[in-house]
Amino acid sequence: MRQGEISLAGLLALFSLYLMWKSMELPIGYIRGQGPGGGFWPFWLSLGMLLSCIAIAYNWWRGKSPAARSDDPIMDEFGWRTVILVGGGVVGFVALISIVSMYGAIALFLFYYLRFLGRHSWVLTLGLSIVLPVLLFLFFEGAMMISMPQGMAFTQPFFDLMYDFIY
Amino acid sequence: MEVLSFLADGLLLSLQPLNLMLILAGVTVGLFIGAMPGLGSVNGVAILLPITFLVPPGSAIIFLAAIYYGAMYGGAISSVTLGIPGASTAVATTFDGRPMALNGKASLALVTAALASFVGGTVANVLFTLFAPLLASVALSFGPPEIFALMLLAFATFVGLGGDDIPKTIFSICFGLVLAAVGFDTISGEPRLVLFEISGFLRGIGFIVLAIGVYGIGEMLWTLEQTRGEVTTTNPKMTIKGLVSDTKEAARKGWRGTMIGSFLGFFVGVLPAAGATPGSLMSYGVAKMLSKNPKAYGTGIPDGVAAPEAANNSASTGAMLPMLTLGIPGSPTTAILLGGMVIWGLTPGPRLFANESEFVWGLIGSFYVSNVAALFINLAFIPLFVWMLRMPFTILAPLIFVLSIIGGFAAARSMHDLWMIVIFGIGAFFLRKFDYPLAPAVLAIVLGPIAESTMRQSLLLSSGDPMIFLNRPIAGPITVIAIILILLPALKLLRRKKAVATA
Repeated sequence: MRQGEISLAGLLALFSLYLMWKSMELPIGYIRGQGPGGGFWPFWLSLGMLLSCIAIAYNWWRGKSPAARSDDPIMDEFGWRTVILVGGGVVGFVALISIVSMYGAIALFLFYYLRFLGRHSWVLTLGLSIVLPVLLFLFFEGAMMISMPQGMAFTQPFFDLMYDFIY
Repeated sequence: MEVLSFLADGLLLSLQPLNLMLILAGVTVGLFIGAMPGLGSVNGVAILLPITFLVPPGSAIIFLAAIYYGAMYGGAISSVTLGIPGASTAVATTFDGRPMALNGKASLALVTAALASFVGGTVANVLFTLFAPLLASVALSFGPPEIFALMLLAFATFVGLGGDDIPKTIFSICFGLVLAAVGFDTISGEPRLVLFEISGFLRGIGFIVLAIGVYGIGEMLWTLEQTRGEVTTTNPKMTIKGLVSDTKEAARKGWRGTMIGSFLGFFVGVLPAAGATPGSLMSYGVAKMLSKNPKAYGTGIPDGVAAPEAANNSASTGAMLPMLTLGIPGSPTTAILLGGMVIWGLTPGPRLFANESEFVWGLIGSFYVSNVAALFINLAFIPLFVWMLRMPFTILAPLIFVLSIIGGFAAARSMHDLWMIVIFGIGAFFLRKFDYPLAPAVLAIVLGPIAESTMRQSLLLSSGDPMIFLNRPIAGPITVIAIILILLPALKLLRRKKAVATA
């Protein structure tokens, strides 16, 4: 944790410097007759972020924060596995939206989570993976009139069928 | 007395069968839309606006106001049950609402939210009825320096009362404010902070993207990792008796927060451009500051739910005031309502009360009826929301992920924003591991645009002199209180050191 705390503060300090540099694309000072320039607000706030990171590093050096005093690892094996399997599942879910549509991605994500991570029965897994996307389709496309991404062309027959059903 | 007779007419009008039916339908629809992460009253009102052309203007606005009311009640539901604030107004509700749900007190949290919302709405309605024209003129005296001072106060409450690591809290606030500046500079119109030259950032980063990332993805990963997947959020009390005992407990333990939220929320809501989000946050901060046991806030206490919930309902009613009396919308939802009124051929502004008396009092009457309807409909659905929490976490967790992603898309309509949700979620998980508070960042991204524009306008007014925030009669005291709150942790530290030195 101790090493993680200072590494994270260092990363955030670098990001703050990047934001300061990006803010300088617009004027960061006071322009007579126009007020503060467009970069004024983000520049000084990014500087605030940088100074906070320096204060965090100072507290780390003095051992003031709980993480700075801890020699434990950030996460044990279970923690890393959970984050990779669940977080990876969410990344896969979003990546699949452009291929199999929002509803297709929901069905696949639910199938993956319920069957492989939750170890639920086939009946529950398949039931939820099919029923929930259909209900969400009816709510978003039918009631709320919000169109979701439809993925690649091969999903069209499904959408045609569903649109026939709601209109 | 004249006011009471107008109000009686308004109440009778809103109790007519068509209007009453529209109120019940609007509140129920609003409740469910508000409970959905990513969708808030603004979505409900905007989507259903065209439907209102089928009924007379008086009934149309009653329907839309009922949706607004329902959604305000509904916002608390996702904050408590899913831990995701459905709208920015419900961010402060997660601070204690979520811990209560995790402690098995979900139904108490939901009942407290419903009761506090009801009281907040009622107090606001009474204040609205009695003082509408007077308050409108007070609100007008709030210029950019006063609004900026209020924003400063909202952030100062986090630093002074947060109890978290101060540098990390300040980092979080600054980070949220910088994220709010991504996109375009609203004054010069030039692109600003287009990070890594990715064109998606030209659209800016919306509140909902950060909120869903932090609370929907990050918080869920954190909960799964911390509890090893064995989360217990259930509450077996789902009977009428359970609801009655929760109601009694909520009234006993949440009255202080409710009272603070009801009054403070209304006055903040009345101010143009302020609205329910700073209102709910400030009420939470003030309730904590005035509490005998401020450390209990954030661990799951009814007062911590009651204060922001009473405030956001009260402020929502308050926000109607500048809309009706001055024609200035205080929030995106009231802006759409205002648009609706213009389409129906009404002119909002000082003459509305005189020229369209029946319309205005019908609407005010409907606030009272909608508030009562929302309370009962909300209480009736609490068992359903609590039942949701009884699901095994291996079913609830993927449902929350799905609702977060689909809700995030519904709000932003862009794949770029969905990827940002995922990045913020994973980033938030690691920041949380190292005790960075993230609620300040979420609130900062909401208040950032208001804070920046009012700060720049103020400095323009004063030709760059920052004393404008101190030497005006209203802005001055607010700024001084904010500065004291920011310095509070340092003062406490000094006092402790002095005490140690003398001991």
